[in-house]
Amino acid sequence: MANQDAAQAAEASAPGMPQLDFSTFPNQIFWLVVSIVVLYFIVSKVALPRIGSVIQDRQNAVANDIEQAAEFKRKAEEAEAAYNAALAEARSQAMAIAGVAKAEIKADVDAEIAKADAEIAAKAAESAVRIDEIRASSLKSIKEVAGVAANDIIAKIMPSTADDKATKAAVAARLKG
Amino acid sequence: MSVESTTEEATSGFNIHPMDQFEVHPLFGDGAIHWYTPTNVTLWMGLAVLAAFLLLVAGSRGRAIVPSRSQSVAEMTYGFVRKMIEDITGKEGLKYFPHIMTAFLFILFANLLALLPYSFSVTSQIAVTGILAATVFISVTVLGFVINGPSFIKLFWVSSAPMALRPVLFLIEMISYFVRPVSHSIRLGGNLMAGHAVVKVFAGFAGALGIGAVIPITAIVAVYGLELLVAFIQAYVFTILTVVYLKDALHPAH
Repeated sequence: MANQDAAQAAEASAPGMPQLDFSTFPNQIFWLVVSIVVLYFIVSKVALPRIGSVIQDRQNAVANDIEQAAEFKRKAEEAEAAYNAALAEARSQAMAIAGVAKAEIKADVDAEIAKADAEIAAKAAESAVRIDEIRASSLKSIKEVAGVAANDIIAKIMPSTADDKATKAAVAARLKG
Repeated sequence: MSVESTTEEATSGFNIHPMDQFEVHPLFGDGAIHWYTPTNVTLWMGLAVLAAFLLLVAGSRGRAIVPSRSQSVAEMTYGFVRKMIEDITGKEGLKYFPHIMTAFLFILFANLLALLPYSFSVTSQIAVTGILAATVFISVTVLGFVINGPSFIKLFWVSSAPMALRPVLFLIEMISYFVRPVSHSIRLGGNLMAGHAVVKVFAGFAGALGIGAVIPITAIVAVYGLELLVAFIQAYVFTILTVVYLKDALHPAH
């Protein structure tokens, strides 16, 4: 075989560089082409699409998560705003209720006070009437007592002139004066 | 080839064969190497493809939103190459993402697997790096003409230079353009070959020095660390140059 002879000759004569043994070149080139083609198909058909899609998926997942987090944050802010609004409303409502209650109580109190004042006034008026009566009756009693006393005194001193009616009239006139 | 001929080693301590590891030989038997013969090249290229498959496909099997460790590495590799293309060529270059990813993964795993003891370094073979670089060169050139038409020539016509200098610069640019695949392939192959040969030479010393082997073994550890770095850097350099050439095809104007 010429090939074999050449190879042996090359090995024998030039131990320096087996790389320059051209008889092995077709073999090396053939297997290089086979390997590269196989590797190319592995890389282009399987490896790169798969790794590319995995990296893409990851980027999408991260982007989605960030978006979702922003969404949650927005919702939380909305909830906080709603809570604050509800709180403010409740507060104003409470104040309104308190105002109404206060007004009602005030009206009740005023009414009670007015009633009490009226009763007091009525009682006072009644008392005044009674006082007047008592004064009047006591004045009458005084007149009578004074008339009887004056008559008795006159009858003791001057029984002749004792005139019951005239004495009484005189006493009454005196008391009036 | 990493298994040295032990008979020779036994007779003389300094009979070092640093280049034997780069020999191509059939996987089964000792026959001739036809173009279809499964060889150590086949094995280690297949392992590189398998490793890339394990990282990218098996590693991302879970398709998890919160990635596992292997999926994280797969995604980092994805992001690393994608960002490289996007930064250099812009969005238009992303059409060629699978092609560039293929080249990067193949070279990276071939480089890394070559660091295993008894392995075969696919990317130290000029035939392999040459074909890779030639493929890049031809595709980028064809792409340049397909996308830009004849105005792709503007890539060599430095319009910012004085008129008198432009033809000279045109010639220089032209030469540098055609030298690209050479440097592109030799850079990768040469780096890998040199590193592995150095490790082998030190290993040969270690075999001959007896107790003094501590020194070459320490050196091997150091060089091995360096080679690990080189494995990544050369894969990166090859890929980024490919992307830069692609950028020239997409935006030829200086």
